[in-house]
Amino acid sequence: MSIEIKMAWRNIWRNSRRSVLTILAIVFATMLLVFMLSFQFGSYDTMINTAVKIHTGHVQVQAEGYRDKMDIRLVVPNPGAVDDVIKDTPEINAYTSRANAFSLVSSSDRTYGVLLTGIDPEREAKVSTLKKLVRRGEYLAQEDTDMALVGELLAENLKVDIGDELVVLGQGRDGSVAASVLKVKGIFSSGEDKFDRNSVQMSLGYFQDVFSMRGAVHEVVVLGSSLEDVKKIKKKLGAGVRSIDNDGKLVILDWMELMPGIVQSIKLDLVSGLIMYVILIVVVAFSILNTFLMAIFERTREFGVLMAIGMTPGRLMRSLFLESVTITFIGIILGIISGGMVTWYFQVHGIVISGASEFLSQYGLPERMYPQLSIFSVSIGAGIVLIITILTAIYPVLKVRRLRPVEAMTAV
Amino acid sequence: MYLQMGWRNIWRNPRRTIVIMTAVIIGVWAMIFLGALMRGISEQMVRNGITTLTGHIQVHHTGFRKDPVIENSIDKPEVVEAALSKILPQGARWTTRVRVDAIASNARHSGGITLVGIDPGREAGISFIGQAVTEGVYLKADDKYGIIVGKALADKFETKLGRKLVLMSQDTKGDIASRAFRITGIFRAEMETTEKQFVFVTIAAAQKMLKLGNEISEASILLTDYKGADRVADDLKRVLPSGSYDVETWRELLPLVTAVLKMYDWFIYLWFLVIFIAMGFGIVNTILMAVFERIREFGLFKALGMKPWWIVREVLTESFFLLILGMVAGNALGFLSIFALAGTGIDLSALSEGMEFAGMSRVIYPVIFIKDIVTANLVVLILGLVVSAYPAVKAARFTPVKAMAHT
Repeated sequence: MSIEIKMAWRNIWRNSRRSVLTILAIVFATMLLVFMLSFQFGSYDTMINTAVKIHTGHVQVQAEGYRDKMDIRLVVPNPGAVDDVIKDTPEINAYTSRANAFSLVSSSDRTYGVLLTGIDPEREAKVSTLKKLVRRGEYLAQEDTDMALVGELLAENLKVDIGDELVVLGQGRDGSVAASVLKVKGIFSSGEDKFDRNSVQMSLGYFQDVFSMRGAVHEVVVLGSSLEDVKKIKKKLGAGVRSIDNDGKLVILDWMELMPGIVQSIKLDLVSGLIMYVILIVVVAFSILNTFLMAIFERTREFGVLMAIGMTPGRLMRSLFLESVTITFIGIILGIISGGMVTWYFQVHGIVISGASEFLSQYGLPERMYPQLSIFSVSIGAGIVLIITILTAIYPVLKVRRLRPVEAMTAV
Repeated sequence: MYLQMGWRNIWRNPRRTIVIMTAVIIGVWAMIFLGALMRGISEQMVRNGITTLTGHIQVHHTGFRKDPVIENSIDKPEVVEAALSKILPQGARWTTRVRVDAIASNARHSGGITLVGIDPGREAGISFIGQAVTEGVYLKADDKYGIIVGKALADKFETKLGRKLVLMSQDTKGDIASRAFRITGIFRAEMETTEKQFVFVTIAAAQKMLKLGNEISEASILLTDYKGADRVADDLKRVLPSGSYDVETWRELLPLVTAVLKMYDWFIYLWFLVIFIAMGFGIVNTILMAVFERIREFGLFKALGMKPWWIVREVLTESFFLLILGMVAGNALGFLSIFALAGTGIDLSALSEGMEFAGMSRVIYPVIFIKDIVTANLVVLILGLVVSAYPAVKAARFTPVKAMAHT
């Protein structure tokens, strides 16, 4: 075997210019894929984590149908019982309850329809980033009643500031009119326009009074330590909740079910990205196919001689295949190194896509994005290049099988 | 003679020529076809944006866009109407609307929506709503209590045709105005958010409910061709009293769409470049091989008195033929795939929520931009010749004696 490796190695450098160009083509493709995939995965990560931290948590317990209709009457009637189940699930790091109602909110001269959410201030702070998003004023304290946190854009539209009063008008759980006056305690900004323009948070206990919730909530939000735990949590929680849920009306939803838009748009982005990469690699493959072909055809005579002195076609093919594979691997390894370095540079410094911030904020992405170098992105990128290049290398090598020593030696 | 020699030379090794040509064909196809798909997505976004109550130009009271409240209504619509009828070119259409945020509720549900008061006759020719009613009927001009809601909203509210819907909003006096409407029509839209967000009543009904008198929120204008929007907007700005009106084109009204358009522009050209680099390596390598196996031949040419420049030209001619053949086939293949998809489009309904999230339609139709086709072909041809210059110059540098001694 060692002689074959030596032969393959020397053969590669017989025409160094050609080999270098071929290796460069592979380096280019690998580098691009490693970088692009890391970039994509990095932005998915940010997108999911931002959304999970602001909105859904990892898993939620809701009444069946609440997700689609957000009907105030579809409640988790006894959150205490669910909390007991949660306490028996060690994977859960933090949890909280929320209740929501669409309401009209008026300041002294403006009225807007918003989503009013009742939160448990202390527990909410452990589950979501809301507390950190408060830019002015203060976050809610546990004993607060008629205090509210208002989104920055909504505050602007309502023309209110810290300490101003808001009149809330909505419909309670029993269909009665729910009305109250809240004082603005803090103003938050998440960067996601829809959320900042459309939401007001108040303390859960007071919310339950105003909207006649009779102790019920709409969402029990649960956070594990990472996305990987979600499946386990969902399963355990499901079993526990079934045992306390007499009417069978509660459902366990994970973040993917709560935000199907995000999951599908990630899928869409990934699939369209992969299609583009495969097309790109096929172009690269045809670009380098000629090198592999020529490396064999210009040496027909030589092969004839080798076979005449007793080299079997199988061994010859192996040696030739080794040659192409070596070129491929040099290219891929250099590609991974250079792609990794480029990615790592941007992972530290971030990339700003100028003019795209407005577009990106819709996806909960910051203006400065960080690619995420991972085993996964490197192996997928390099894997695609490897498979297609190896397939490319096989075809010319198979041609050798048909060589006959005498004819080959007379070839020009 | 160059042409003939070039042509014959590329067919001396047909397999090699076909392999590299395949790379060029796939590359050009990928540029044209994927470019057209991306343009299809962005064009549809623009079209959706324009027909979803935007139009090509809108006139508002100053400040309405930043703060869309009832106080920022246009209090003298006749001034705007006079200006419009004076300025607008032949074929342009316009309409006026009332638009406010409101709460809709029925016995079971309530939620935030945008109430749009429209002039049914004129609106029909301008925005999507004229053709979008799938159940029931479109609004009539004298309909006082009729309301049209989206399918998604009707589902969410568990309501249907003939049922009542109560709208609440703030009127001009700062009080909460509320009025009951009866659902006379249900519409479907390209995007589910549109179905959930907008409800339509007649402009008269909206004005009465909100105590607006004859005030309006906006005038929306649709031109025969969106390219004229900037010029018409400038004319309007001149005629309307300055300071009290905002005249904006769809580019300003839909900043998100404009941002996406710009990004796609970049992305498409980047894609062209990346694909070119991928085939560039192959082109250089193939021409290099073709040159090196003919060292003796070039030596002989030179010995016979051929000037180096002629050899460069000869090699470039070969590369030119290679590129042109690849481009012709690639373009043909690209156009074929585009036309094959022109009727049916690519149906991505399976990912509809993701498409919705990304602001795209459920079905993508490729759209040909001449600009892209020309750019793609120029990139391949010009850069292709530029990279071929390297082997061409190599060939021209062989010295006759050495080259002829080469085996």
